[in-house]
Parts: sequence; structure tokens; C-alpha cells
Amino acid sequence: MPSQNEVFEKVQSVLCEALGVDEDEVTPEATLVGDLGAESIDFLDIVFRLEKAFDIKISRGELFPEDVLTSTDYVANGKVTETGIAELRKRMPFVNLDKFASNPNVKDFGTLLTVQDMVRFVETKLPK
Amino acid sequence: MRWIWIDRFLEFESGKRAVAIKNVSLAEEHLHDHFPGRPVMPNSLITEGIAQTGGLLVGEYHSFAKKVVLAKLPKAVFHFPVIPGDTLRYETTVDYIKDDGAMVTAVSKVGDRVQAELEVVFAHLSDDDRTKNLFEPKNFVFTLKLLGVFDVGRRADGSRLTEPPGLLKLEEELKAAGT
Repeated sequence: MPSQNEVFEKVQSVLCEALGVDEDEVTPEATLVGDLGAESIDFLDIVFRLEKAFDIKISRGELFPEDVLTSTDYVANGKVTETGIAELRKRMPFVNLDKFASNPNVKDFGTLLTVQDMVRFVETKLPK
Repeated sequence: MRWIWIDRFLEFESGKRAVAIKNVSLAEEHLHDHFPGRPVMPNSLITEGIAQTGGLLVGEYHSFAKKVVLAKLPKAVFHFPVIPGDTLRYETTVDYIKDDGAMVTAVSKVGDRVQAELEVVFAHLSDDDRTKNLFEPKNFVFTLKLLGVFDVGRRADGSRLTEPPGLLKLEEELKAAGT
């Protein structure tokens, strides 16, 4: 299994290619949407490049759980419900949801994901 | 008027790759304005031609059941200007085709010289209310015919790509529906 640093470097180069940003902008703490300017279509591109770089398969919705965030089962009045948060935690163990859970506005969800989260996500997909 | 920025397909392998050409001629009015006294084929229109080559490749793979739209250009590098008399050769290769989108890598060449290198990402629009009347993808079957795809096209198994049966009937239906 590659070291965390190796994974980070590959994730970094994927994000540089997909988002047209410089390497030094892609720090572990940088958020994809807020800091690196990723838009929804970029996730399609990023997912493909990650699959190719790491030889893994990523299903739709794994990185961005659109189905949860648009479901009336999990969202009420623009906020993710407690059941919704539980579902997100189950689906996305690689993201720290504590801060989001304190004020879970759906529209803020997109700005959560950091480069470090992506690294952790990729690590969960790699063969142990 | 149809917005077509390629002249003919030379190669078409379903779901894999396609090669199309675009002849650049001073008879095209836009070259007289871009620029007065110094005609140059706009790189934006080269991009459009490449997106059409790759977009038809992706659309055909889905039998034009999906609405394929240009979503993103992760890469677009142009090396030299294209002038009247040049023939552009757009070579597009599929990187992936998935449920929600696709990407092709493309080069544009004049003779043996690489004129441009692009990556093109396409999104597949869902058929919700906003996009329902945007365009009818089945119309692109006629574009394929016009551009000679059925003369050169191959399916993934190597067999000839033929006109879908009932093309004439489909044309009548689409006309009746006003699309």
C-alpha cells in the first residue's frame, strides 16, 4: 500500500490537472469548492482521474452524496436532519462532519470537502 | 441553419475514436472579420469542431438516447494559427463514457503538425423539465449521415456501422413534432 505522502502527491496532481490550479495551492487543508474553485462538473472529471491514477472504481455519489442531500427523507427546511447526518457519516467516514452537523445547511455541504478528505477517501478504496 | 463545424468523418469507431476534417476556406464569412486583412480560423470554432467530433462519438455510443453537452475543457493548448486553405484533422479518443458524463482527448492537426491539444468533458443531462425541450438528441442521427459516418463507421466489434432502420420514419416523426 502506498504511503500517505504518495497518495497525497497523486491526488495533488489529479487536482492540478482537473482544476487548473498550481501545486502549491493544493494543500491538505484546502477545500475543493471554496479554495480550489471546483464546480459540480469538476467532480465527474476528478473521479475519472482518481480512478485512472489509483486503478480504483468510484461509484456515483460516493464523493458527493447528491441523493442524500436532495432526499426529503434526510433534508427538511434546507437543513440535513439527524437521520441525514447519520447517513452521511456512514457513507462518508473520510470526512469530518462535526462542524457541519452543528449547522447543517445543505448549501454549505459542498464547501466541506478538503484535499485531506480526498486522500483519506482514496486510502479507503486501495487494497489493504 | 445547422451549426456544424466539421465537414466529414474519415474514421468512426463506436465508443472508441473518431477522426473528422474541417476545410478552412475564405468563402466562410467569419474569416473576413477575424481579422480584417488577416484571416485566422478562430480557435473557439476549432474547439467547437472538436467538441462536435467527440460529442457525436459519445452520443452515438448511447444511440442518441442521452443529451450530451459540452461541460468543461480541462485542457486546451493551441500551437499556431490556422489560415484559409488549411485542412484541419480532428482526432478524438474516448477516455471514458459513464452514465453521467464522458471525456475525450483530442488533437487537431494541419498535415503532420499538431495544431491543438484538448481534453473535453461532456455531461449527460437528465431529462427533467428544464432540459426536456432543449434539443432532441435523435436528430443527430441525421448529422451523422450528413457527415458520412455511415460510410466509414465501425461498431466496437469491427462490423460496419449502418444507418439505424426506420430513419425516414423517424425524420417524419421529428418533423411532425416540430423538433
